[in-house]
Amino acid sequence: MDAHSANPAIPGVPGHPPRDYAEEHHGAPGGLRRWLTSTNHKDIGTLYLWFSFAMFLFAGALAMLIRAELARPGIQLVDPAVFNQLTAMHGLIMIFGAIMPAFVGFANWMVPLQIGAPDMAFPRMNNWSFWLLPAAGTLLISSFFVPGGAAAAGWTMYPPLYMQGGIAYDMTILAIHILGLSSIMGAINIIVTILNMRATGMTLMKMPLFVWTWLITAYLLVAVMPVLACAITMMLTDRHFGTHFFSAAGGGDPVLFQHVFWFFGHPEVYIMILPAFGIVSTILPTFARKPLFGYTSMVYAVASIAFLSFLVWAHHMFTTGMPAAGQLFFMYTTMLIAVPTGVKVFNWVATLWRGSLTFETPMLFAIAFVCLFTIGGFSGLVLALVPVDIQLQDTYYVVAHFHYVLFSGAAMSIMAGVYYWLPKWTGHMYNEALGKTHFWLTAIAFNVTFFPMHFLGLAGMPRRIPDYALQFAEFNLIASLGAFVLGAAQLLFLYNVISCIRGGKPAGAKPWEGADTLEWTLSSPPPYHSFTTPPTVR
Amino acid sequence: MKKKDGWRQAMDAGSCQAWHRLRVICAAALSSCRGGLAALAIGLLPGGARAEFGINLQPPATIIARQIDDLHTTILWICAVILVVVFLPLVYALIRFRRSRGAQASTFHDNTPLEIVWTIIPVVILVAMAWPATETVLAMKDTSAADMTVKVTGHQWKWEYEYLARDGTPEGSEPVRFFSNLATPREQIGNQADKGEHYLLEVDNPLVVPTGKKIRVVLTAADVIHSWWVPAFGVKQDAIPGFIRDTWFKVDEPGTYRGQCAELCGVNHGYMPVVVKAVPPAEFDAWMAEQKAQRAIAKAAAAKTYTLAQLKDQGEKLYATNCAACHQPNGKGLPGAFPALDGSKVATGPVDGHLDVVLHGRPGTAMQAFGKQLSDLEIAAILTYERNAWGNRAGDVVQPAMVAARRNAGAVASAPASN
Ligand code: HEM
Ligand SMILES: [Cu+2]
Repeated sequence: MDAHSANPAIPGVPGHPPRDYAEEHHGAPGGLRRWLTSTNHKDIGTLYLWFSFAMFLFAGALAMLIRAELARPGIQLVDPAVFNQLTAMHGLIMIFGAIMPAFVGFANWMVPLQIGAPDMAFPRMNNWSFWLLPAAGTLLISSFFVPGGAAAAGWTMYPPLYMQGGIAYDMTILAIHILGLSSIMGAINIIVTILNMRATGMTLMKMPLFVWTWLITAYLLVAVMPVLACAITMMLTDRHFGTHFFSAAGGGDPVLFQHVFWFFGHPEVYIMILPAFGIVSTILPTFARKPLFGYTSMVYAVASIAFLSFLVWAHHMFTTGMPAAGQLFFMYTTMLIAVPTGVKVFNWVATLWRGSLTFETPMLFAIAFVCLFTIGGFSGLVLALVPVDIQLQDTYYVVAHFHYVLFSGAAMSIMAGVYYWLPKWTGHMYNEALGKTHFWLTAIAFNVTFFPMHFLGLAGMPRRIPDYALQFAEFNLIASLGAFVLGAAQLLFLYNVISCIRGGKPAGAKPWEGADTLEWTLSSPPPYHSFTTPPTVR
Repeated sequence: MKKKDGWRQAMDAGSCQAWHRLRVICAAALSSCRGGLAALAIGLLPGGARAEFGINLQPPATIIARQIDDLHTTILWICAVILVVVFLPLVYALIRFRRSRGAQASTFHDNTPLEIVWTIIPVVILVAMAWPATETVLAMKDTSAADMTVKVTGHQWKWEYEYLARDGTPEGSEPVRFFSNLATPREQIGNQADKGEHYLLEVDNPLVVPTGKKIRVVLTAADVIHSWWVPAFGVKQDAIPGFIRDTWFKVDEPGTYRGQCAELCGVNHGYMPVVVKAVPPAEFDAWMAEQKAQRAIAKAAAAKTYTLAQLKDQGEKLYATNCAACHQPNGKGLPGAFPALDGSKVATGPVDGHLDVVLHGRPGTAMQAFGKQLSDLEIAAILTYERNAWGNRAGDVVQPAMVAARRNAGAVASAPASN
């Protein structure tokens, strides 16, 4: 289909005055008002993506400080109190400020385009759910400047340690509440959009996989964000209103917090990886010029991972000393998760098999995702074995594991997605040579940074420490050097994105010949209001 | 225990020659990597001691640690094999099916038998892994029939060890109990001095245990959650305030085993190492007798009176181990988090008020009740130091007897108030 014929100048949906074609293209109010008041899914998607990029750079800067301090044994740059603030805020901001909003940004931009809907189901709520984010981000960042500094009890916020903190700890709770609200609203919006606004003929089992993964992710969000809200509210009332949920002295139990937290926290890690699965499952077939292998089993795998994610939470708590039966139950369920995860990896490899492969930047990132995420899956399997986990829990091995799934998994899939859809979003091609440079620097520096952490953890280096024994010096130095390159490489990414927005080779409606989802039937950039008449899917 | 060794032997025996040769080659490759890395690091790191770095689990010193090591090796090899099985076709595809080499895309997108096979095989592998892991879990959990019990209490930021009633401890006599603090000098941490061999992994009083005995460890914490970890024992157990958890270990070889707190517990989380000294049983008994004798000497010392200089001198050292972490060596505290003592109203005001804070702590903050941790003489020394150090010029001497008096008075006075 020709791009422009997909969006003919015909009257809008019933009940709306007919619009002319010109208005379709220039429908956005100008200036700041456009961004503050926008209810347009594309504008809001853009806002989400920029917000998350800003947070990515900020939390990344915190990580650079952490690695600088850890480059050598001894205390050199920041004292231990500040160090703990850096690690806690790095984790919280990366998870809630960078990864999650980035995926919501993708959902905003791409879900309506991929299902042929004109916008999200609740545009005003969409605006509201975005504009909560800067408020929460400001709270988190400003908490560095209050007396006592930012919250320093890890992103996991375990009491009783969390009880000891000052005002910043309350600000953090408030910020997470706001972020949670935003996520819930975003998730409801996505669910309703997907279930009600698909193009004629697009049955559930014809939805692009990215849409599927987001549908399931959104359900996870709605299910677990309130659980986190409960946990931190209980903490707040313990801190200020005399309750003792988590204090043994008052008849409570500090470990209860961990149960509630991880009942949220484990599905949360899948919230951060399922949309990544969706993005990668979109990109691989495009550049292999071949349909995704095992679409149906992909959908079932994602669904069963999501289901199982509710049954494994205590694998984060094997050292709390739960009964043997508990340890065994959570070990078996955790090991089970490896099965659907394996199926996904096999399917991706089979998708490449006998394709006609080209290696543009998005494809490079997607292939790296498959390889490196698999390594993260392996270390997850190692950690699933209770006795081995007890040895490795709270060491750098776990740090290595979750960076393989969260950086080379979630973050690199986001980069893949950005390069993949930038031509659609901006109408311009990005600079391919620069993109590839960014990719290789990122992929290599990532491994230099995080692979040695496996060794550190095995050899016995605990995580969340500002200083370490001498036998850990070599690998820490290597990790720090890698990290600085990794950090610097992301500035290339920023530069490439900005120059692509500013100009570049015109992309045309469909720059990737192997792509076959609906967004490529629209012009690039798509008209401000797209699919005002729903397309029909065969 | 026999049975557990059984599966390990079976594993070893089952692995063929080639497998073994591969392991040797890998080990050689790794050790030469290690040489290169070490050379690189020596060029880049500052002076001081250097320790051999590891890339694998520490050498196991208990049966449990050995089983963990074996489990880890097995799963690692399984992962390695799966990795090859997955990555070979992937790499082949990336090379062979490039469009630049003229590859034409085929259109297949399903293969049900294949999909069933690659779902079932992982299940089988996982069950095979779960079996030995389950056995080890059950063994780790079996704390019955211990020869002795040590109670470990985590404090911010030190460990307290207490030998619970053991054969030979006379009924009613106080058990041996002491604190174990980081022994690394501050100058090393601040890079003003070369770092020693056991930088950050050394303590003033290690936990001493007899070899060849099953030792049950019961754990709790006084303030926040800590985690008592000795890698060579395969023991890592959270110490949770208000709750008791237990675990066990049995060391065969005498030696010093080092670990660290493994649960983020505040500012000095990185500075609360665990050091366990395992000695032959006879040596252990001698050590225990010595401990008891020393307690009698300490009791006598508390009854004496001291000069300001004597107390201040001792107090300075005790301040460094017990107080400086928060209030800082210069007494300035960390604004917003920990109050300054230099010029503080409490440290320059009436002795009783100062004593009450130190003895009973400030509930809800990191300020602990040191009355439970330190002797009268130690508290007297610390107070004398704090009142006369930095800009503080209270000029008074706090004697052990005054601490004892306030301890008893405070106990009566604060009992109703705390409810
Ligand atoms: C095969 C799949 C996976 C398995 C079997 C697995 C298993 C585990 C286990 C057992 C732990 C606990 C380690 C410990 O604290 O001792 C853990 C930690 C973690 N995993 Fe995974 N994992 C898998 C995939 C993932 C994915 C896909 C993500 C996220 C995208 C993820 C994110 C994390 C994070 C963030 C932690 C650390 C949490 C913390 O303590 O701060 N994992 N994983
Ligand atoms: Cu601790």
